[in-house]
Amino acid sequence: MATATQLGFNQETFDAFVAARDEPVWLTEARRAAWEHFQNTDWPARNHEEWMRTDIRMFKLDRFSPPQPTDAKASSIKGGLLCPGVALAGHNRSLDSHSLDLTLHKNWSDKGVIFGSLDTMLAEHGDILRPHFQSAFDPTHDRFASLHAAFWTGGQVLYVPRGVVVDEPLHMLSSMTDGGTDLGHVLVVLEDGAEATLLCETSSPTETAGGFHCGAVELVLGAGAHLRFVNFQDWGHGVWHFAHQRALVHRDATLQWTVAALGSRLAKVNQRVSMVGEGANCQVNGVLFTEGKQHLSYDTLQHHEAANCRSDFLYKAALQDKSRTVWRGMIKVDPAAQKTDGYQRNDNLLLSGDARADSIPGLEIEADDVRCTHGSTSGRVDEELIFYAGCRGFTRKEAIQMIVTGFFQHVFDRITIENVRDALALAIARRVREYE
Amino acid sequence: MSDTLTIRDLHVAVDGKPILRGVNLTMQRGETHALMGPNGSGKSTLGLAISGHPKYEVTQGSIELNGDDVLAMSPDERARSGVFMAFQRPVAIPGVKMADFLRHATTNIRQPDRKEGEELIPMREFRKELKGKMQQLQMDVEFARRYVNDGFSGGEMKRAEILTLAMLQPKFAILDETDSGLDADAVRLAAESIAEIGRDKMGLLIITHHDKLLVHNPPDFTHVILGGRIVETGGAELAAELHSQGYERIRKAYPQDDAENQAMLETEEPQSIG
Repeated sequence: MATATQLGFNQETFDAFVAARDEPVWLTEARRAAWEHFQNTDWPARNHEEWMRTDIRMFKLDRFSPPQPTDAKASSIKGGLLCPGVALAGHNRSLDSHSLDLTLHKNWSDKGVIFGSLDTMLAEHGDILRPHFQSAFDPTHDRFASLHAAFWTGGQVLYVPRGVVVDEPLHMLSSMTDGGTDLGHVLVVLEDGAEATLLCETSSPTETAGGFHCGAVELVLGAGAHLRFVNFQDWGHGVWHFAHQRALVHRDATLQWTVAALGSRLAKVNQRVSMVGEGANCQVNGVLFTEGKQHLSYDTLQHHEAANCRSDFLYKAALQDKSRTVWRGMIKVDPAAQKTDGYQRNDNLLLSGDARADSIPGLEIEADDVRCTHGSTSGRVDEELIFYAGCRGFTRKEAIQMIVTGFFQHVFDRITIENVRDALALAIARRVREYE
Repeated sequence: MSDTLTIRDLHVAVDGKPILRGVNLTMQRGETHALMGPNGSGKSTLGLAISGHPKYEVTQGSIELNGDDVLAMSPDERARSGVFMAFQRPVAIPGVKMADFLRHATTNIRQPDRKEGEELIPMREFRKELKGKMQQLQMDVEFARRYVNDGFSGGEMKRAEILTLAMLQPKFAILDETDSGLDADAVRLAAESIAEIGRDKMGLLIITHHDKLLVHNPPDFTHVILGGRIVETGGAELAAELHSQGYERIRKAYPQDDAENQAMLETEEPQSIG
């Protein structure tokens, strides 16, 4: 176990980290390879297309340390906005990447469902999980990916065996102390014909708390599997958030992925969905709300590798104060992926004159029989709507809250769990301020 | 029923261009007034100025509701104090269901001192009332689930505005061409609905080109507006005369106002949302 006196991410802390972990050799080797790659790689260049709009010069890695265990109790952590009133099949909560409590309904463990901390479960169920671990995630993508692969800790895993339908949602909450580090790795594997709903959220002790999250999400859907995945990023507004998220969707599988991001100081998320089997289906719904000087940057890739697949990405952002969002979307269609139906859209609602939303859609198509469309819009709140609502008794603030909620409604309508929908709508509405 | 809306010497400009040039009008709650005039005369402008549209700048004069200064109020304060306007072309609010919009609006109007974030009228109670009003207006209850004015036909927008009027029960209602764009049956239904909801209960200011609304809502007073001024006021017979004979007599009797009206038409009528 790394001790509190060894700060920073360096050879010394890495060696101590690895030595303290009782892990199988293959995993240690994977960490060493990633650490090697980290040391031989530079931070992303400012003129790199993926990074030119996202300035990380203020990010100093040496101010953070590998996640330390804390003696905090599960009851003391904040968050869990998504699950009140929802009957859960299980939940797992962690603080600074260390699991605090875990429940899984016996009904599901009896059926072979694996749920809990990834590091624990990898040790216990390596035979099942190892083939999937880092099958979607690329530790060499950039320096953050390598750092994550070397030092990832705790993490969360959901594994659903073939044909098992988990009909109640599972909930994962990753919390971070102010100034802490979260290097969580989420691995979700649904075998052929399995179904599950997973609510995954993050939290900080206060809205202004800082910290460092360098994480990864891997979703692997077997043939005919169906996953509803809600990913709610609600870190404090001082947190640096770097994440690599990738899904592999096999034949006739369906992935519905909802991304909601309200937190962090700066977020750089690289989200890729690969449709690797014929007839795969993917819907991604993004809800971003930014304020203050927040900067949220999303790079999304919908990669059609097989024929007859559908992908539908819709990102909506509302921005207030001097906040900024960057959305780069790409539909990539391989030569084999005939009859692709790809759609991507990004709509931005600017609540102040100082907010800025960059929207860069893209298509890269190598098959000839496809239908791919994309679009983006950006605009201010229409004063005529505010006036009309005013004539019906709404204050200016109430009118803007209503307009913002309405703006996101199309995405909310696609979220099947009512409590989750209402929780997100409320979390956003209470952030809306009054503007002249 | 002693509420009074008093407009004195009202001058209104849009983008610095004068539209209204000294309008005087006093209404008691329970009275029905017709406001008639040719295109460009300033009919909608009067409604939007009373409602507080930010682009309609009052350069002179006053509007008072029971002695309170309406011009000092924001649009929502005006609505909460009992002033309502049914818009000619109401805007769409995508993603906001009629029922949710009306529940919030109704709560604010009935509880004028409600603070932001305080409870709304209980959902069950509200739905029951809304359903009753919709049946009364022969509206499909599915309508409440649609987004506010989003993709509505002209007729549906007018019906929605009348439903809003029925829910909010204002002291004074300005109905801006609530009959335009409707077929004969729809106009009759609208006219009957307005009579049922508002006649004798509210002060009604009916802005119209046609006489159909007025058949069911015979005006106690008819005002003729020309070139931004009310040039004549009479009873129901004046409305009847204008319908049968048009504005020729008026234009000849008030040549200076007619010239102003022509000038305003030529410099293009301001875009009204109403």
